[in-house]
Amino acid sequence: MKAYTDRELEIKSVQYRMNLLRYIKQANAGHTGGSLSCTDILNVLYNDVLNVSPDTFTSRNRDRYIQSKGHSVEALYVVLADMGFFPEDDLNTLCRYGSDYVGHPTRKINGIEFNTGALGHGLSISAGIALAGKMDGRTYRVFTLLGDGELAEGSNWEAAMMAAHYRLDNLHAILDHNTLQITGRNREVCSPYPINEKFRAFGWEVTEVNGHDISKLRKVFKTIPRKKGKPSLIIASSVKGKGISFMEDEKKWHHGVPSDEQYKLALGELKKKMEALRV
Amino acid sequence: MTMTDIQIERANLDVFSEALMKIAEKDKDILVVTSDSRGSGKLGPFAERFPDQIVEVGIAEQNMVGVSAGLASTGKKVFAVSPGSFLTARALEQIKNDVAYSDYPVVLVGISSGVSYGALGSTHHSLHDLAALRAINNLTVVIPADAYETEQAILQASVAKKPVFIRFGKKPMPLLPRPEMEFEFGKASVISTGSDVSFIATGETVAPAYEASKILADIGISAGVVSMHTIKPLDKTTLIAQAKSCRALISVEEHSVHGGLGEACASALMTAGIHLPFKIIGIADEDTKTGSQVEIFDHYGISGRGLSKTALSLLK
Repeated sequence: MKAYTDRELEIKSVQYRMNLLRYIKQANAGHTGGSLSCTDILNVLYNDVLNVSPDTFTSRNRDRYIQSKGHSVEALYVVLADMGFFPEDDLNTLCRYGSDYVGHPTRKINGIEFNTGALGHGLSISAGIALAGKMDGRTYRVFTLLGDGELAEGSNWEAAMMAAHYRLDNLHAILDHNTLQITGRNREVCSPYPINEKFRAFGWEVTEVNGHDISKLRKVFKTIPRKKGKPSLIIASSVKGKGISFMEDEKKWHHGVPSDEQYKLALGELKKKMEALRV
Repeated sequence: MTMTDIQIERANLDVFSEALMKIAEKDKDILVVTSDSRGSGKLGPFAERFPDQIVEVGIAEQNMVGVSAGLASTGKKVFAVSPGSFLTARALEQIKNDVAYSDYPVVLVGISSGVSYGALGSTHHSLHDLAALRAINNLTVVIPADAYETEQAILQASVAKKPVFIRFGKKPMPLLPRPEMEFEFGKASVISTGSDVSFIATGETVAPAYEASKILADIGISAGVVSMHTIKPLDKTTLIAQAKSCRALISVEEHSVHGGLGEACASALMTAGIHLPFKIIGIADEDTKTGSQVEIFDHYGISGRGLSKTALSLLK
């Protein structure tokens, strides 16, 4: 794995945001807000943490990434393309008739482990993969990205209980905690709080981090497993629509597609950010 | 049941747990995942002999199926075992997405299916599962009739590259006489042939259909019996051949009359342009009568007497 500086990864994040907006705009479809909130997390995972590449994707000891919040697939697509899993040009077919690049992850796409998108599935799947790793004495790790809205799905808590029971310290859930779901604030829809105390009570090791601070994210992932014998939850505080001023923290961008004008403005903001980083 | 020519009676459930032990011994990648259901699944001896090959997740069927899919994705051969009603209703979305759509070859085993838990009431009956699972792409749906078919189904499922759902009950079933010892998913087993009527039955309704064929034979009516052990993909070839060789067809299943074997047969026959007297025997769409499995079967006409009567009225 190439060793990047924080600055280089920050530049990648801006590029990923540009790319995912371009394909969403072109497809006139996509989960813009949530893709922008998990871009930095996926960037750090794939470029700095996961022991997986197009060459090792069939290896039994590869690290696994399961995107439980499947709707943010555009962020995953642009990162996988950058990792060389498929040509980025493929994304020109995003959400088109007959395209394999549908609006949620599927195994038809190289680099994707599971077909996700219905919520509350990723944690159980990941627990199963982690359990197999323990049984076979393998060293791979399993990472899964959860949305905060999907914590209302009871299956998460079935999996949380079971992962602690089996002491799956090779399982690392990351919560993309942007506090918004399609209807509004998690707190107002059906409060998941306190999230940290709930997971701790279920036997998990919980840590909190700024989900947009590349340097801090890298540090958190460097220290896993955080506690022997315990699955870990990393609560990554994030902002839905991160990086585009008028999209940030606005529920309407859950699956909003920018108009021509808004797209221009958004790209302008990202270009500015890019220039600042490249100085 | 008085079946003089059928001597051996064994519960498909017992055959299942023994078959699993046979294959688990040879293949350490065989895993059983249970939802507090090892007792109901007669998996106690398995757990004792192969403690490292059984995973307990507690009463959490959704998690059980998701975990099973995760395990299967690493190369484990997973049998996810839970009462049919809970497995296929509670965890339907995990079956659809994590197993079938994601295409990992989990073997989903619905124990005490249909009305096996007859007296416990409708919470514990699975009379919806065939209708639900038939509509899910990439899932083979199998209901073995007797010890032979159950063992074969388990052995073949253990090497299947695609997801399979198998369901059965716990009542001892007679070993059906069969002209050929052949079993293949998607290929029906013809138990006997008849020129007047043919019973297209599945699972634990094949035995009463066979009994009916004997009763009918005694009064000069030639009745055939087919074990349509695979509901999906349906063996249309055998179905159509049966339709062409007799005057009437009766489908029999331990399932709602909606969406199961009967409607699958009706659809296949209509589509093939075949029209003949046809009746779907199953559990009526009503608040299900409770009692033992045999009593419920009797109530809905799934018995030698009931089925022979249905045949007579259809042949009039």
